[in-house]
Amino acid sequence: MIKGLALLSFCFLSGMWCGSLLGSSLGIDANVGGVGFAMIFFLLLKEASVKKGLWNGEFAFGIEFWNKLYIPIVIAMAASLNVKSALSSGLLAVLAGLLPVLLAFWVFKVLIKKLGTS
Amino acid sequence: MEELQQVLEKNGLVFAFFVVGLLTWGADVLSKKVFAAKIPGSALAIFLALGMGYLGGLIADGEQGLSDLPLFAGLSVLGGGMFRDFAIVATAAGASFLLIRKSGWIGFISLILGIGVFFLAGVALAWMMGYRDAVSLCTLGAGACTYIVGPVTGGALGASSEVIALSIATGVVKTIAVTILTPLLAKKIGLESPGSAMAFGGIMGTSSGVAAGLAATDPALVPYGAVTATFYTGLGCLICPSLFYLILSTLLGA
Repeated sequence: MIKGLALLSFCFLSGMWCGSLLGSSLGIDANVGGVGFAMIFFLLLKEASVKKGLWNGEFAFGIEFWNKLYIPIVIAMAASLNVKSALSSGLLAVLAGLLPVLLAFWVFKVLIKKLGTS
Repeated sequence: MEELQQVLEKNGLVFAFFVVGLLTWGADVLSKKVFAAKIPGSALAIFLALGMGYLGGLIADGEQGLSDLPLFAGLSVLGGGMFRDFAIVATAAGASFLLIRKSGWIGFISLILGIGVFFLAGVALAWMMGYRDAVSLCTLGAGACTYIVGPVTGGALGASSEVIALSIATGVVKTIAVTILTPLLAKKIGLESPGSAMAFGGIMGTSSGVAAGLAATDPALVPYGAVTATFYTGLGCLICPSLFYLILSTLLGA
C-alpha cells in the first residue's frame, strides 16, 4: 500500500516542483500547472509500473484511497470557504454555471453536424 | 459535554471525516428520495457544504466559513490545498493511454473546444459582473469548467477565498444544469450514438453531470461520455493556471 502511495507522492512533488520552476521562470509568484504536470508524470509512471507487473491490488490500494477521497475533500473545502461574502455575487455563479452550458450544447450540435455521428 | 468538545477539537481532522461522511450520506438519501436520483449525490453534498460554509460565516463572522468555529477547524485541514491537489492527482489512476487512444481525435477536439468555451464564457461573465484582475477572472473562468478546476486554479494563483467559493458554486451549478438539460435536449442536438457521447463528455466535462445526464438519456452511452470527461478536469488543471492565465494577464497588462 505504502509503495503505491510513495509513487503518487513522488509524482505529486515533482509536478509541483515543475510548476513552481515554471512560475518563477515566467516571473509569476504562483505554481503554474503543477497539478497538471503531476498528473502527466503519474500517468507515465503508472503505465511503466503496469508493464513491469508492479501494479497489483495492494500497490494500487493506496492510490485508490486518495482517488476516492477527492469528492469528500471538495466537500470539506466548500464548507470552509468564505461563502458569506461570495453570496453577494451569487448571481454570477448561477449565470456562469448555466449560460456556458447552453452555449456548449449549441457547440456540440454544430460539431456533431460537421463530423457526422459515426 | 465539555470533555466531548475538547476531544472533538483536539482531533479536528478525524472529526472532519465524520462530518463529511455524515453529510455525504444525507445528500445521497436526499438525492434518491427527493430528487429521484436526477441530481448526483456529490453535487448535492457540495451544495449543502457551501450552505454550511455560509452558516459558519454568519456565526463566526470570519473568512473561512464553518472552519472558523474551533469545533470544525478540521474541515480546513481536510479541505486544504495540499490534500486537495494530492487527491486530484490520484484521480488520474482512472485514466490510461489506452483510453486516450480510444477516445481519439473526436475526444481531443471536443476537450479543447469544451474547456475553451466554458473558460471564455466564464471569464466574459465575470468581467461583466465587475471583476477586472487576472487572478479572479482566471479562477472564475476555471470554475465555469468544473468545481475542481476552479479551486485548483485559484489556489495556484493565490485568489481570495471569496472568489474560490464563487468558482466552486459556479461549477456546482454547471453540474446540475448538465444533469437536468442533457436528457431534455439529447434528441435535439443529435446525442444518440457512442461517438457523439464521447464528444459530449469532452465538451461538457463535468464527470458527475455527464454520467448522470447520459444515464437519464440512455444508460448505454454512459461509459463513452465518461471516457472523455475523465480528462477534462486534468487538462483544465494543466492549462487554466498556466496558458490561460498567461494570456489573460498579458491581455490585461498586469
